[in-house]
Parts: sequence; C-alpha cells; structure tokens
Amino acid sequence: MNAALPLLVAVPILGAALLTVLEGPRWLRRALLLTIGAGALAAGTCLVQLTRNGQVYAHDLGLWRDGVAIPFVVDAFSALMVTTTALLILVCSVFAVATGEADRRLFSPLVLVLSAGVYGALLTGDLFNLFVFVEVLLVPSYGLLTIAGTLRGVRGGRTYVTVSLLTSTTFLAGVALVYGVAGTVQLGELAGAAQESPLVASGMGVVLLALCVKAAVVPVHGWLTRSYTAPSPAVTALFSGLHTKVAIYAVYRLYAVVFDGDSSLLWVGVLVFSVTMLVGVLGAVGEKSTRSILVFHMISQIGYILLGVALFTELGLMAGIFYLVHNMVVKASLFLSTGAAEHTYGTGELDRLGGLARREPLLALAFLGAALSLAGLPPFSGFVAKLVLITAAFEDGRWMAAAVAVVVSLITLMSMLKIWDGVFWSKDPEDGEDHGPASGSEGAGAPGTVTAGAPAKPGVRPAVVLPALVLTAVSLGFGLGSQVLLDLSAQAAAHLVDTSTYVEAVTSR
Amino acid sequence: MTLPIAIGVLVTGAVYLILQRDMVRIILGFVLLGHSVNLLLLSAGGTFRRGRPLLETAPAEEAADPLPQAFVLTAIVITFSITIYMFTLAAASEDDDTEEAS
Repeated sequence: MNAALPLLVAVPILGAALLTVLEGPRWLRRALLLTIGAGALAAGTCLVQLTRNGQVYAHDLGLWRDGVAIPFVVDAFSALMVTTTALLILVCSVFAVATGEADRRLFSPLVLVLSAGVYGALLTGDLFNLFVFVEVLLVPSYGLLTIAGTLRGVRGGRTYVTVSLLTSTTFLAGVALVYGVAGTVQLGELAGAAQESPLVASGMGVVLLALCVKAAVVPVHGWLTRSYTAPSPAVTALFSGLHTKVAIYAVYRLYAVVFDGDSSLLWVGVLVFSVTMLVGVLGAVGEKSTRSILVFHMISQIGYILLGVALFTELGLMAGIFYLVHNMVVKASLFLSTGAAEHTYGTGELDRLGGLARREPLLALAFLGAALSLAGLPPFSGFVAKLVLITAAFEDGRWMAAAVAVVVSLITLMSMLKIWDGVFWSKDPEDGEDHGPASGSEGAGAPGTVTAGAPAKPGVRPAVVLPALVLTAVSLGFGLGSQVLLDLSAQAAAHLVDTSTYVEAVTSR
Repeated sequence: MTLPIAIGVLVTGAVYLILQRDMVRIILGFVLLGHSVNLLLLSAGGTFRRGRPLLETAPAEEAADPLPQAFVLTAIVITFSITIYMFTLAAASEDDDTEEAS
C-alpha cells in the first residue's frame, strides 16, 4: 500500500506523455483525461478512508536511506486535500471537455502534469521536493495561461511567469539557508527546529514569505488579479482551486512541523491575514466583470483560510482546514458558473449580460447556491466554515479578527448580489430598446455568440452547467452533513497540533 | 569569502535588471538571480570539503556534500527551461514593450 503512493504522481505524468505522443481519436483523448482524473479521485477517497483514524503512511521512493530519498507521506490532512483537488481537476476537465477547450492539442497533457505536481506537492515530506513539485505544477500552468494564444493571455502570462519565477527563486534561497544551518531539508528531521534555533527560523521565514506570495496574501497579491483574469474560464477555475491552495497547505504544514506552532509569532499572521480579508473584498467593489470580482474575493477568502493557522488552536486549525476544502469547491463552482455564461454569451462584463435567471434557471441556481455559500449563509458549507472559524477566533481572544471576518462576510454578500443582479436578475440589455453599438460588439470569436436582433439565442448547454451544479451540490452536502467533514478536519488538525505521528512516519526508515 | 562576494554581486545585478522595463533585461536579471541562488545552495553544503563524494576515494570528513550539488543540478534545469519560455513570451508580445516605454 505504501509503495503505491508515488503512483498518484506517476500515472498522470505517464498519461500526459501518452497524450502528447499519440494522435488518437478525440473521444479516446477525452476518455483518458477523465479516466485518470476519476482514478485520482477514487485513490484520494481511499486515502481518506485509510487515514481517518489517525494513521500516517509513508514511502521513500527509490529506497535511499537517511533523508536522501523522495519521501511520500500521507496523513488525514494531505488525504483530504488530495481528494478535494482531484474532485476539482475532474470537474474542471469535464467543463473543458464540454466547452471544447480540452480539444486543444496540448490541453490534456498540461492538465495531467499539473495534477501530478499538485499531488506531489501535497504528499511530499521534504522541502526541496516541495520546491520541485511546485515547479512541476507551475510549468504546465504557464502553458495553460497562454494556450489560447491571445495577446491578453500573453500579457497575463508574462506577469504570472515573472512573479512565479521570482518567488520560486526566493523559495529555493530559503531552502539553501535552511540546509546550510540545519544540514537537512527533510521535514521529519526539521521538526521543531525553527523553535530551537533562530537561524533555522530565519531560513524558514524566507520559505514562508515565498509561499505567502504564491498564496496571494496582501500586500503581495497584485499578480493574482492581473493574471487570473487572462486565461479561459476553465483554466481560471482550475488555477483558483489548486495553485494558491497548495501554497496554503504548505504554510499550514510547515508552520506546524518546523515551527511547532510557535505562538510568539502568531500575532503577525492574525494581523496580515485580517488585512488580506479586508483589502481583497474592498478591491472587488470597483470591478465590473464577473471574473475580476471573483478573483478579488479569492484574495479575501485566502485571508479567512490562513486565519486558521494564525490562531493555531485545535479548533482554529480545524476551522481553517474545513474552510480550505469548502472554499476550493465553492470558488471553482462560481468560476465555472460565470464561466459558462461567459463561454456561451461571449462576455463577462456585468452591464452587457442580463436576464439569465429566466433563460438559464439551472445556471442561476448553481451560481446563487455557491454565492450564498461564499458569503456564509445556511444551509451551505460556508455558514459552518465561518461559524467555526469565528468561534475559534473569539475563543482565542482575537476579537478584531473575528469582527473583520463578520464585516467582510457582509461585503462579500453585497458583491455576490452585484453579480447576481448584473448577470441574472436585471433585464437583458439587448431586450427592449436597441442599444446600438453595445449589442453589436460582443466578444469576438466566442462560440455561441449571435448578432444582435436574432430572435432566438442558443442557451447554455446542460453539459456546461453540470460541473458548476455538481460543485454547488457538494457545498450543500458539506453544509447539511457538515459533521463528516468536521470530523475529518479535526483529525487533520490533530496531526498539526501534535506532529509526532507524522514526524515518526517520515523519519522511521 | 569569494562565494559571499560573488553572491552579493550577482544579486545586485539581478535586482537592477529585474527593475528595468524591458522584458529581455528582466529575463537576464532572472538568469543572474538563478546563478546567485545556485551559489548559495553550494555554499550551504560547505566549501571547505573538496574531496570526491564517493565512499572509497576520499575519507568521509574530506568528501564534499553531494546533496546541495544535486539540488543545484535540479534548479539549473528548471531555471533554464523557464528562461527559454520567458524569452518566447518576450518575443510574442514585443510591441507591448516598445509602446509603453515611449
């Protein structure tokens, strides 16, 4: 069983190689992409089952000894993350297949390598391998950003590549400093090292800073809003669920293991992450298209998720992990439902869309559910997530952070209502009186676009709505049956508070 | 002392170049930054041990630490590939630079 762990990384890469070399029929390429995605989801679910009672499994790839091998470790936290990311990759692949995006020549291989990098980064127990897997995750992302070949994509891609390379280099410098001081980069041997030695703590500080840039924490968040609005909706949805969230996972893991949850530094986190919540949500106020609003909300939500690690109580960590899983699902659902509208009607601008609630009831349902969940209304998962997080903040005496969280929720709701009003509820600007230039200049080249005045418009196809609907249903499920996910998060949090089982599993061989 | 000075000079050059407007200069800046971090990784292994890191050829206290060298090798490959990709991006959006710089 342990030796099968690296397969999660190996199988997608093999699939990607196959898809790059072989020129199969279209259905076969699609089937391969979706089968590997479903396989990873099944594997993730098995891992959650295996680790739910606190077991930790580890395997050293290549069987080298003494911290030289590539260690793969899975505990409740990483199993939960693997399952959630696998679900998102599968659902986004279905969306890409439905919109025809997946038929671009290199799309499927790039997504598969991306998923391999994500699973690797989640499962590795070594700082340098974390760097390598993050690169494995980033390099196909550069391709996905510019795959459409538009100038907007290239501009967004340029920002993204330069920022990513700068952060990766910073990360590597941090790894070098840690190795120079501690003589190892294996997480098991580094356990608690940062609390004992200020030098290791400084090195790890560089690593954490790089991870915070990757997670888009304010004030180093500017790249996210510039680059995530550039690619196609399917790619944005995929990125929103994976890239920043892997960085967040790494922050949780590293702070718990290497810093041993050092409480003297937590106030910095509480301050920075509260500011992140606030700045993100305020940034969304002035935006005028669905995607740029959602991207700013992503930043705000990242503040919420990381608040969990800044509290570093068992309840706080549990809340943070619950919030992380909830947010990955809901955010992808929002990007997919607005992306479906953008794909079909050729624009994401609020004042050029309208009246979709009547025309696309299923799409409206998917969006409304996810939007209410994001704002934190019952019965969706967002309510439970925010309730637990704010309770944890109060119990820890972080009154200001809790207050910020509540206020930001209200502004989030307003922002979601703005999209709801602009895209779904208001009258279609092309109905009624003729707007002249506005109706004639729809997004060029978008499939499904019709010229103004045509009597019947093609609606959103069911296959394009389905992915968003499934994710909204998952969020509803997490809300109604929250105890299951809360138990899993509690188990994951327990391993972060008491890292001994994890450390023992990594170092024992 | 050569190693810290070299790292410092490289980082200085890198920061200067990355802050320029032209994409090609930014990329060259990243090349320098990559080199400086590679040297940092090498220095993390300690430069006082110079022996070959093979069990029979040198006593353990003289053998160099092979792990940072393996790190550097991996990092070089990654930085190199991304540099090439950035050059293609620079070529793909050349107009964008000249337009804004004027």
